[in-house]
Amino acid sequence: MRIQTPLARARHLGSAMEGPEHWWMQRMTSLMLIPLTLWFVASMWWLVVDGGFTYEALRDWLSGPISAVLMLLFVGATFYHLKLGMQVIAEDYIIGKVARWTFIIMITLGCLTGAVATLYAVVAVALGG
Amino acid sequence: MSKFNLPKNSKIRKGKHHAAPGGAGGKTRRFKIYRYDPDSGDNPRTDTFDVDTENCGQMVLDALIKIKDEADPSLTFRRSCREGICGSCAMNIDGTNTLACTKPLDEVRGEVRIYPLPHMPVVKDLVADMANFYAQYTLIEPWLKTDTPPPASRERLQGPEDRAKLDGLYECILCACCSTSCPSYWWNGDRYLGPAILLQAYRWLIDSRDEATGERLDELEDSFRVFRCHTIMNCTRTCPKSLNPAQAIGAIKMLLMERR
Repeated sequence: MRIQTPLARARHLGSAMEGPEHWWMQRMTSLMLIPLTLWFVASMWWLVVDGGFTYEALRDWLSGPISAVLMLLFVGATFYHLKLGMQVIAEDYIIGKVARWTFIIMITLGCLTGAVATLYAVVAVALGG
Repeated sequence: MSKFNLPKNSKIRKGKHHAAPGGAGGKTRRFKIYRYDPDSGDNPRTDTFDVDTENCGQMVLDALIKIKDEADPSLTFRRSCREGICGSCAMNIDGTNTLACTKPLDEVRGEVRIYPLPHMPVVKDLVADMANFYAQYTLIEPWLKTDTPPPASRERLQGPEDRAKLDGLYECILCACCSTSCPSYWWNGDRYLGPAILLQAYRWLIDSRDEATGERLDELEDSFRVFRCHTIMNCTRTCPKSLNPAQAIGAIKMLLMERR
């Protein structure tokens, strides 16, 4: 057993001088995602109503500059928000240091890979792939 | 992973039943009280006490004192001022953290269930180990910090508007009802400072006479110390002094953003 005063334990490694950035970006991405998600769902619904949810219809829709830009923003914000949120969940509920860091590394790499792959797919379809 | 299961030997068992001394009167009420004696090596238990509330004060603390006097002198709890200003008798009554001395028995329906403050190490019965909580209070250095010497032969001045900013903060008695009602404090209480300490930190951050605001914010700028707060609001709901720690934490987050 390590003999330490309660104050030494409470001070631990000191302040990490981070936190506001994570908190702020979580809120910024959620703010972005409100209109973007509504727009995405409405667009998909419109595609289905407007004559079939086919690859051609989707490509035509995505080749417009507004759709393409909004889609890239939607994908980027979603994966960024997912990474930030899942990290908070890991820090809240996973107590073991090794398990916590393993989970955070998996989330970070998973979200990065997911984001790049999806962004590539959007660009490829938008540019007529 | 997270600790959702109780540690070994902490499963609560059914304890003894103490009938009201001198037979049941007209207004007998049943109390279920958490008991734990670390010296015995036994698991914790809940003892049942029948109390004649006709001959008893109106608060939960009055009943606890009556039980200790008449039924079981080994029942252990902290109490001092019996008027909600010392914070000693904070405990979990009827599922809510509050002060036994200001909680009227009338407000509890049916059995009165009394437990120590949640998720704190238990010293004995209703007495929680507050060492970490007080160390966290020391961490925020809760005193006026200045480099400028005070004006000669007079006090440091503060205008009425700046003094008013301390209202709703200075009343905190550090009973820990809010911190121990907070899930974030339950899971990460070793690193998250919790609502009570953060409310106190804010009390010094907005004191117009204090000259160490930036230094104080440096100590708080941490994803665990402050940003474990997810505005669950249990703190504000449970505060026996009707204060709003959640609002104070929100204000700290705003100050941390403001200085970026």
